[in-house]
Amino acid sequence: MSETAVIPQAPDAAWELPSRGIVGMACLILAEAAIFLIFIVAYLYYLGKSLTGPTPHDVLEVPIFTSICLLSSSATVHFAASALHHGKRAATSLWLAATVLLGGIFLAGTAQEWYKLIVHDHLTISTNLFGTTFYSLVGLHATHVVVGLIMLSLATIFSLTGSLNSKHTGRLEVLSLYWHFVDAVWVVVFTVVYVLGR
Amino acid sequence: MATQAIPTPTMHRRLWLEVVHDWVTTVDHKKIGLMYIGYALIFLVIAGFEALLMRVQLAVPNNHFVSPQVFNQLFTMHGTTMVFFVGMPILFGFGNYLIPLMIGARDMAFPRLNAFSFWISAFGGFLLYFSYLGGSGLYGAGSAPDVGWWAYAPLTMRAFSPGHSTDYWTLAILLSGVGTIGTAANIVATTLCMRCPGMKLSRMPLLVWLYLVMSGLVFVTISPLTAAQIMLMLDRYLGSHFFDTQAGGSAVLWMHFFWIFGHPEVYVLILPAFAFANEIIPVFSRKAIFGYPAMVAASVGIGFISLSVWAHHMFTVGMTAGANTFFVLATMAISVPTGIKIFNWLATLWGGKIHFTASMMFAIGFLFQFLIAGLTGIMLSVAPFDWQLGGSYFVVAHFHYVLVGAILFMLFSAFYYWYPKVTGRMLSEKIGKWHFWIFLIGFHLTFDFMHIPGLEGMPRRIYTYEADRGWMMWNIIVSSGAIFQTIGTLLFVYNMIWSYFKGDVAGPDPWDAWTLEWSTSSPPPHYNFAETPTVESRRPLWDLKHPDDPDSHYE
Amino acid sequence: MLRQVWSSIATQATSGLSSGSTSIFSPAGTPAHSVFSLSMLVLSITAAIFLVVGGLLFYVLLRYRHRPGEKDASQEPPQIYGSNQIELSWTVIPILIVVMLFLATARVILSTQNAPKPAAALDVTVIGHQFWWEYRYPKLGIVTANELHIPVSDPKHPTPTYLTMSSADTDHSFWVPRLAGKMDLIPNRVNTMWLDPEAPGLYLGQCAQYCGTQHAKMLLRVYGDTPAAFAAWVAHQQQKAANDSDNSAAADGRKVFQHTACISCHTVAGTVATGTFGPDLTHFASRDTLASGSVVNTPENVRAFVEDPAHFKPGVLMPPMHLSQHDLDAVTAYLMTLK
Repeated sequence: MSETAVIPQAPDAAWELPSRGIVGMACLILAEAAIFLIFIVAYLYYLGKSLTGPTPHDVLEVPIFTSICLLSSSATVHFAASALHHGKRAATSLWLAATVLLGGIFLAGTAQEWYKLIVHDHLTISTNLFGTTFYSLVGLHATHVVVGLIMLSLATIFSLTGSLNSKHTGRLEVLSLYWHFVDAVWVVVFTVVYVLGR
Repeated sequence: MATQAIPTPTMHRRLWLEVVHDWVTTVDHKKIGLMYIGYALIFLVIAGFEALLMRVQLAVPNNHFVSPQVFNQLFTMHGTTMVFFVGMPILFGFGNYLIPLMIGARDMAFPRLNAFSFWISAFGGFLLYFSYLGGSGLYGAGSAPDVGWWAYAPLTMRAFSPGHSTDYWTLAILLSGVGTIGTAANIVATTLCMRCPGMKLSRMPLLVWLYLVMSGLVFVTISPLTAAQIMLMLDRYLGSHFFDTQAGGSAVLWMHFFWIFGHPEVYVLILPAFAFANEIIPVFSRKAIFGYPAMVAASVGIGFISLSVWAHHMFTVGMTAGANTFFVLATMAISVPTGIKIFNWLATLWGGKIHFTASMMFAIGFLFQFLIAGLTGIMLSVAPFDWQLGGSYFVVAHFHYVLVGAILFMLFSAFYYWYPKVTGRMLSEKIGKWHFWIFLIGFHLTFDFMHIPGLEGMPRRIYTYEADRGWMMWNIIVSSGAIFQTIGTLLFVYNMIWSYFKGDVAGPDPWDAWTLEWSTSSPPPHYNFAETPTVESRRPLWDLKHPDDPDSHYE
Repeated sequence: MLRQVWSSIATQATSGLSSGSTSIFSPAGTPAHSVFSLSMLVLSITAAIFLVVGGLLFYVLLRYRHRPGEKDASQEPPQIYGSNQIELSWTVIPILIVVMLFLATARVILSTQNAPKPAAALDVTVIGHQFWWEYRYPKLGIVTANELHIPVSDPKHPTPTYLTMSSADTDHSFWVPRLAGKMDLIPNRVNTMWLDPEAPGLYLGQCAQYCGTQHAKMLLRVYGDTPAAFAAWVAHQQQKAANDSDNSAAADGRKVFQHTACISCHTVAGTVATGTFGPDLTHFASRDTLASGSVVNTPENVRAFVEDPAHFKPGVLMPPMHLSQHDLDAVTAYLMTLK
C-alpha cells in the first residue's frame, strides 16, 4: 500500500500552545532546584557535625551588600527585557550592562570572602564538614552566577552591536527567567548559610 | 477514507562515509531515537553476557569460574549498564521516535539538544566500559568499578576503593544523568508546545501522557543523583568529606540521596512500559482503553507517591519505628494506583476480540508478570518481612520480575508493534512466537526459582556460597533458565535482521490502529506528515475509519 | 561442570561444618517468629489476590479471544470507554486491603523495635570488619571473633541478647535468618537488635550487605548455649591466654609470632600482641572455624591460612607473612595451644 490516510485540516486554527523556551527553561529550573535542594539538605544535615574547627560562627561574615547587588540585578534584567519588548535599544543595553555589573560585584564579593577564608582562616574544602558543605553549596551557586553572567554579557554585546531587537524578546525572557532563579536560590542559600547556619 | 500517495524517494547508493556522517550529525528525532535503541541493544547484549557469566559462577557452590574481584565487577557493571545504559536509552529511544509522530509534530522541541543529550549519554556508556581497558593509576591496568550499582559509602571512598575504578563509575553516571535531564526537558517541551491542532492534553495518546509524567519524574530524581555524584567526585578528587565516615561524614546520607533517585527511577523505567501497554493492549483487543482519565490520574499519582517511598530500601539501616512505619504506608499506598492500572487493562480486554499476535502475547506476559512482581513488592513493603528478605535473592528475583518480566516483555511487545512503522516491514510472527515461548520458559525458570534461595537465607552479591546451605539445586535451575533466555534473545535478533530484508511489506497501518503515527507512511518521511494533522478525539484514525460513530461523540 | 555438581553434592553430604538451614521459615527466636507469622498473613493475602486477578486474566483471554470463524468476526466489538462505579470499586477494595496490611505491619514493627529490655539481658557489641566479625562482651570482659556465643532464652525468664552494632570500615549487615531479620552495621552509627534463641544449637548466617571483595565469606555463626554451657564458655574465655612452656614447638612459634608483624594486627591477651585490626586470638584454638567461618579449625587449615591467607579467602586483608616452613609449623603449633 503506497497511500496513507489523510487527517483533515482544521478550518479555523485558533490553537495556542506555550512557548518552547519558557517550558524548557522551567524544566531546567526544576531539575536545578532539585540539585540545590540536595546540597542544602547536606549542608543542614552536617551543621555542627564537624569534628574540628573552624565553625561557621567563627569565620563567616554576612555578605549584605553583595546580596543586595545580586537581588537588585533581578530588577534590572526585568527592565532590560521590557525595554527590548518596547523596542528601546539603548535602554536595553543600559539595563543589561547594569545587570552584568551587579552580578560581577556579587561574584567579586564571593571571591573576596573565599580568599579571606582560605588564606586567613585556613578553611578549605577538606578541612572539615563545614568547609566541605560550605564551598560546595556556595560554589555551586557561584558557578550558576558565572554561567548567567557569560550569557548576559553576550546579550549585552549583541545589544550594543545592534543585533538584538524586539523579535528576540522571548529569548531574553528565557534568560531572565534563569537569572531570577539564580537570585531566588541565593535567597535560600543566604538564609541557610548565613542566617540559620551561623 | 481519504488517502494520499506517498512520493517514492529516488534511491541512489551512497558512500558509507556519507551514511555515517548523516547519522552522526543528524538532529532528526527518528534517527536519534533509533540510535538510542541501537546503542541500548548493544549494551543489552553486553550486560546480558555479564549476567550469563555470573550465573555460570553461581550454578554450583565454591565454584572457581571467575575470581571474587571479577564477579564483583560483573554485578556492578551488569546493574549499572542495565539501568543507565539499557533501560533509560531504550525507553528514551522509543519516546523520541514516537512522541512527535503521535502528537502530529514535525520533530522534538529542541532537535539539537536532543542530539547533544544522546551523544553525552552514549559517551557516558563508553566511558564506563573504557574502565576495562583504561589504566587505574598504580593498581594495574584495567579495573572496572566493583562497588555495586548503588555504590554505598564509604566503600567508594579512596581508602576502600583506590585507583580509578569508582571514578569511571561516577563520571559515567554523571554524564548519563546530564543527557537524561536534557532529553526529559525535550520531551516535556515537545508534549506541551508541539501538539497538532485539536490535540488537547485530554486527547493525547496515553503513551505521550506517561512519557510526560516520566520526564517530570526525571527532573526530581535524576537531579538528586547528579548532585550526589558531584559530592562523590568532590570527595574523591578534592578531599572533601561528604561521605567520609572517618571525618564525621555519613554513610546513611548517601543511601538517602541514592534511593531518592533509586526508587522513583524504577517508575521512570516502568512508566514507559505502561505507556506501550496502553497503546498495544487496546489495539489488539479492538477496544478503546478503559478509563482514560483514571489511567492518567493513576500515572500522575504513581509519580507523586513514588517520591515518598525511597527509604523502603533502607528498612535495615536502623531507622526509628516511626520512620519505618511511614515508609511502609507510603509504599503500600502506591499499590492502589498500580492496581487501578492492572484492572483497567483487564477491563480493556474484557468484551474485546483479542488477537494473539506476538506483540500481544508479550503484552499479556507483561500483565501476568507485573501482577506477580507487584505482589512480591507488597511482601517487601512489609518492613519486618523485609528485614528478612531485604538484600537477599528474593529481592533480586523481585526486581528482575519488574525489569525483565514486566519492562523487557513490554519492550519486546513494542518492538513487534512498531518495527513495521520504523522499517516498513513486518517482523516474522512465526519466529516471534517461538521467541515468546522460549523466552517465557527461560524467564520463569530463572526468576520464579530465584525467590527460593532468598527465602532460604542466600544474600545477593556473593560470588560463591557454602555447600551445606542447600541452595545449589535452586541455583542450577536458575542458571539453566538463563540459557533459554539467551536462545530467545538470539531468535529476536535474528528476526530483526531477517525481517529487515525479507519481512512482509507492512504498509502504513498494518495493525488497523488508531493513533497518528499510523497515518503516515512506514517508514515515515523526514518531515513526518505532509500536512499537519488535526484531531478531534483520542483516536483520530478510529474517527476516520468509523465516520458514523466517531470517538469525539463520547469524550 | 557436571563433576563439580556431583562433588559438591558429595561435600554437602560429608561436610565437616555442621549442616544448617538458614531458612526464614524455620524460626527459632521471637523476632523471627513474629516476622514468620506476619509473613504467613501477607503470603495468604497476596496469594488470594493472585488467584483472583490471575484467574480473571486467564478467563478474559479465553472468553474474549478473537474467533476468525464467527460471522461478525470482522466487526469491531462494542467500544466501552470506562465506568466510574467499577473503577471506584477497584480503588476502594485495594485501599481497604492496604489499611489492613499496614496495621498488622505496624504492630510487628513496634513490638520488635520498641521491645522493653529485660534486666537479665546480655549485652554484646558487634563490630563489622572487612571481612570478619568482632564480638565484645563489655560486662564480662570478653573479646572474641566470628563465633558468637549467647544463652538460649526461656520465655518464662527471658535472657535475650542485645547487640550494639557498628562498623570499623564499610557497611555490613548481620543476618541470622532463623533468629531475626537483618540489621546493618554502619560506620559512625550505632544500631541495635536483639536475639533470643529458643533452643540450643548453632545458627548460621552471613553478611548481607556488600562490603568489599570477600563479602561472600563473611559468615556468621551464632551458638545458642544452655545456661550451664554458656557460663562454662564465659569462664573459659575470661582466662588468660594459654602459655604452654613444655611444648617446644609452641614456644618457638610464640617467639616467631611476637617478632613478626602478627602482633600489630592481632591481640593475644597478656602478651605483647595488642593489635586490633584483625581478630582477637586469645582463645583462637577454642573456635570451631577460622577465616570467619569459612574453614574448619584444624592445624592443616591454620597452617595453610597463615602461609597464604588468600588461599581460602581471596581479597582478605591479612597479608602473607612469608614465613619459612619451620616457622609456619611453629606458629601453627603456637596458635593451636591458644585454647
